[in-house]
Amino acid sequence: MKQLTPDLAKTAYKYMNDIRHFEDRVHKVFLTGAIPGFVHLYAGEEAVAVGVCSHLTDSDYITSTHRGHGHCIAKGCDVNGMMAEIYGKATGLNNGKGGSMHIADVDKGMLGANGMVSGGMPIAVGAGLRNKYLKTDDVAVCFFGDGANNEGNFHEAMNMASIWKLPVIFVNENNNFAEATPQIYATAAKTIAQRAEAYDMPSERVDGKNFMAVFEAAGRAIDRARQGDGPTLIECKTYRNYGHFEGDQQTYKYDSPEEEAFAKRDDIQEFRAYAVSEGLFTAAEADQIEQQSTDDIEAAVKFAEDSPLPDPESLYEDVFAD
Amino acid sequence: MSRKPITFMQAINEGLTQAMEKDDRVFIMGEDVAGGAKVKHLADKNEDSWGGVFGVTKGLMPKFGRERVIDTPVSEMGYMGAAVGAAITGLRPVPELMFNDFVGFCLDTILAQGSKMRYMFGGKAKVPLTIRTTHGAGASGAAQHSGSYYGLFASIPGVKVVVPSNPYDAKGLLLAAIEEDNIVVFSEDKTLYGMKGDVPEGYYKVEIGKATITRAGTDLSIVTIGKMVQVAEAVADELAKSGIQVEVIDLRTVAPWDEATVIQSVQKTGRLIVIDEAHPRNSTATDIAAVVTDKAFDYLDGPVKRVTAPETPVPFASNLEQLYMPSVKRVLDEASEIIDDLKVVKA
Repeated sequence: MKQLTPDLAKTAYKYMNDIRHFEDRVHKVFLTGAIPGFVHLYAGEEAVAVGVCSHLTDSDYITSTHRGHGHCIAKGCDVNGMMAEIYGKATGLNNGKGGSMHIADVDKGMLGANGMVSGGMPIAVGAGLRNKYLKTDDVAVCFFGDGANNEGNFHEAMNMASIWKLPVIFVNENNNFAEATPQIYATAAKTIAQRAEAYDMPSERVDGKNFMAVFEAAGRAIDRARQGDGPTLIECKTYRNYGHFEGDQQTYKYDSPEEEAFAKRDDIQEFRAYAVSEGLFTAAEADQIEQQSTDDIEAAVKFAEDSPLPDPESLYEDVFAD
Repeated sequence: MSRKPITFMQAINEGLTQAMEKDDRVFIMGEDVAGGAKVKHLADKNEDSWGGVFGVTKGLMPKFGRERVIDTPVSEMGYMGAAVGAAITGLRPVPELMFNDFVGFCLDTILAQGSKMRYMFGGKAKVPLTIRTTHGAGASGAAQHSGSYYGLFASIPGVKVVVPSNPYDAKGLLLAAIEEDNIVVFSEDKTLYGMKGDVPEGYYKVEIGKATITRAGTDLSIVTIGKMVQVAEAVADELAKSGIQVEVIDLRTVAPWDEATVIQSVQKTGRLIVIDEAHPRNSTATDIAAVVTDKAFDYLDGPVKRVTAPETPVPFASNLEQLYMPSVKRVLDEASEIIDDLKVVKA
């Protein structure tokens, strides 16, 4: 299993900071009206995306969700291209034609954020099927939220991945709410992890605010998948710092002191404290990474703002491959 | 190249075989496309069971193995989505949707995922995916197993839709579809499976997006889709007795349909009937009528007529089902409205 070396820890810490700064920045810019459309922010859930993707290479695949910016960054997508995409600019990763909900970079193994709840789940199964078909040891990671676990796609994807023993890791980001509806109302199971039992699939339930918990569970699951031992479901209990979408008044949050306390935990600060205490990096190095991250995201905003709009002709392009 | 005629079903089977021989990335998946997975006595003899509910894929599993002829659970959403995932990551899946009426289970994978990926991702993805499915009334399949929904697929930008009318086209269009780097819905009329025709033994393609004129004429154009070619041919035979020369166009591809061939024909004949087994509203037939009216209005000597199914589900009772489908008589009735003057002129 991949160990958390100092280098890997620094990269992970950089990505976590990139995600947080990226999302905080998008939040602010959205209020100015410069970013059009629907935006769903990932801030607060960084430990999940980065904890999992720290094990992956460009030849591994991930599928994502409507809350996909974090997965993109953790998988190594260019933040300039991402920001420009969210602004709807020609220099965006998708030439401005996808937007926040459809950012993708297939060459990086990032098969797209997805505007359809659960939409990425069978696609991840297909990527896993491809990996097995071509006899590679690449894996496919399927990120999905607690809302998706009540879609038919979840059940069909889990079942197929299990009967075919595919190298797919289902990573549930349980942030407690499907839009404004709590899991305790919508899901007839105490945990999402327990649903794996119905598909004869191993599962784990981890503290999604704890980077190391996610990193280690993902490492175990990914190792099993690479060795041909089939899929795993990992439920990561987490919380989003913002609403379902930008503009959400979030009146459904904080039903109990416990919920509020959990929501206010900062996965990034927790990881920093852990890494410094373990000697993975120093506090000074952490400060430096944070500053670099802030600078990088500011540069991304500037890049996006300075970029041109797509050429009108591109409206008609790329419906079909030639 | 010369051999006995083979059936429409055999032509598709042969096309699939040759596509799989040519390219290791091509594989088949669907419900009972082999059948009998994990049944030991079949495995011992390397035999499949059904080979598809109609037997179209029979014999492919023994030849290519279960890794490439994959029986799926009854999970259309799941396996069609997996096909999209396999396609975008470099394989060339040929999933089967047993009846096009089942599309409700998996439409997201086509409508919101596969068809849009290339565009949404700024041209940086390919989705080489051929979805085989069946349509068509006439087999007493009743309302949930007899519909013709190729027009529904055709209404989605990013999807090509092919409807072959004969064994030669079935094989050639299928091989062309599987070579496409796009989603192609290959819709087979289940009542044509037994139709025989001359089919070359070797690998060949029929161009997607190109209609064919099966009979040249100067007085009336009839545009047809799939098995409706046979109705059009019968109408043409009948009208020939009155000296009326019908031009029959087999559309072959519903999306994108061949505007140039249709409009050139109308410019010659001045009259157009479209025969389509699908429902008439918001449909392929209606689209053709609108485009021809727009682009060839000055050439038309009368309204564009459409002979289609009624705006109803497919009924079960055989007499009603026969009434449901466009018939030679209904086409002749419509034709009489726009060719009366022609008969007078010719007389």
